[in-house]
Amino acid sequence: MPFDPAGLLFSREHEWVARDESDANAATVGITDYAQGELGDVVYVDLPAAGSAVKQFETFGEVESVKSVSDLFSPVSGTVAEVNSTLEDKPELVNEDPYGEGWMLRVTIADERELQSLLSHDEYQEFLTELSGGD
Amino acid sequence: MSLLRTPLYDSHVALGARMVEFGGWEMPIQYASGVLAEHAAVRRQAGIFDVSHMGRIDVQGDGAGAFLDRLITSNVGKLRIGRGRYGLICDESGGILDDVVVFRRAESVYLVVCNASRWDRVTAWIGENAADRVEITHRRDDTAMLAVQGPEAVAAVARRFHPSPLQLGRFAGNGGRMAGVGAFISRTGYTGEDGCELIVAASDAQHVWDTLVDESGVTPCGLAARDVLRLEAGLMLYGQDMDETVTPPEAGLDRFVDLSKDFIGVETLRRQAENGIEKRITGLTVEGRSAPRHGYTVHTGDGRESVITSGAYSPSLRHSIGLAYLPIDVSEPGNVVDVDIRGRTARATTVSLPFTR
Repeated sequence: MPFDPAGLLFSREHEWVARDESDANAATVGITDYAQGELGDVVYVDLPAAGSAVKQFETFGEVESVKSVSDLFSPVSGTVAEVNSTLEDKPELVNEDPYGEGWMLRVTIADERELQSLLSHDEYQEFLTELSGGD
Repeated sequence: MSLLRTPLYDSHVALGARMVEFGGWEMPIQYASGVLAEHAAVRRQAGIFDVSHMGRIDVQGDGAGAFLDRLITSNVGKLRIGRGRYGLICDESGGILDDVVVFRRAESVYLVVCNASRWDRVTAWIGENAADRVEITHRRDDTAMLAVQGPEAVAAVARRFHPSPLQLGRFAGNGGRMAGVGAFISRTGYTGEDGCELIVAASDAQHVWDTLVDESGVTPCGLAARDVLRLEAGLMLYGQDMDETVTPPEAGLDRFVDLSKDFIGVETLRRQAENGIEKRITGLTVEGRSAPRHGYTVHTGDGRESVITSGAYSPSLRHSIGLAYLPIDVSEPGNVVDVDIRGRTARATTVSLPFTR
């Protein structure tokens, strides 16, 4: 079931975070619809192993499209609880369903104060408008 | 320097294409449906590419055949009328200046198609070397060129092309009418699929494009799909897989060189035929989906290193592929080498080209 983007937090590197309703320290991480559109068809996603540590705004993996490679930056610090292993065989899910089946990591958040430096949905939309030199 | 635009520029933008610089031109790298869909269209049905950026040069006159035989490594002067052939233009030391296709259109009328990125170099080279009794006409700006590629491509064109191109042989080319306008058609391409290429007046390009896209449902395809398709087919890209520092045998193109005739650069190539070469372009199939990309290092053992010239994830093969100039002893099929993919080592196996079929 895809997340509603309106309820997510976003980084300026185009990753999103969804906090679990039942467990405040658990979150899901992926890349935004804008990011997948910019990348084009994703053919490979390189993700860390479960149990590894990720740091806010540092790289945790790579995503490759036919024409380019991009680093993935973690929007939060913490420990990887689970990776979306389906992406190994179906990287196209990142394009087809970026807020749902194209999720990348489940993370146990180390410091929830970090979330304050992320953008709300509205702020992220504004940020995208600025990026496009928009009006 | 501002970028050049083909007559179809507005059409590409209207179709949602992402435009990029390529060889001095502003070209569509992909349309809204994406690279994989475009790739699949060409492999399974038919796709259309605007290749108007390619250079087109008419060479005519009594001396045209002899001139082209001196300019180009393959036997093009004595082509039968209506036939075309691939060949290389080399400098005096055998380095490749460009790869071209030459068609003989009439007794002493030839058409040379060269790479967009080499237009200035090739036209200057032809100017320097053109003999008497040869008339050179640049046709890049008053014509446009479309490649229609895929198993259903020729049939799609044939619906509106007279005389029917269905019986046109591979690398044959002749004039006719496409959807009511004059056109030159050849059974050629750069994808490894059956298909044809059309040259029409620049002012007719939109009409022919619309006929094929809107009427026949041929899928518009961009440079990204074209690059993957040609790589899967083992076709070299000038400027990436070959340049002035390599010779045709090093680029695996010996079969397009006739050492029995005198052309510019032949002495070096005769010497190489006798003494052998030290490196040769080699196909690599790479483990996994992560692509070896242009410039990545290949370790071939004993501390020796080569460089990936082209690489991509192959949608047809579902793993990555690449090309590199490897030492001749490693370039035979079946050797295992390591590719450094951004710090990770990927095992790769040398294979014969093409990658597909």
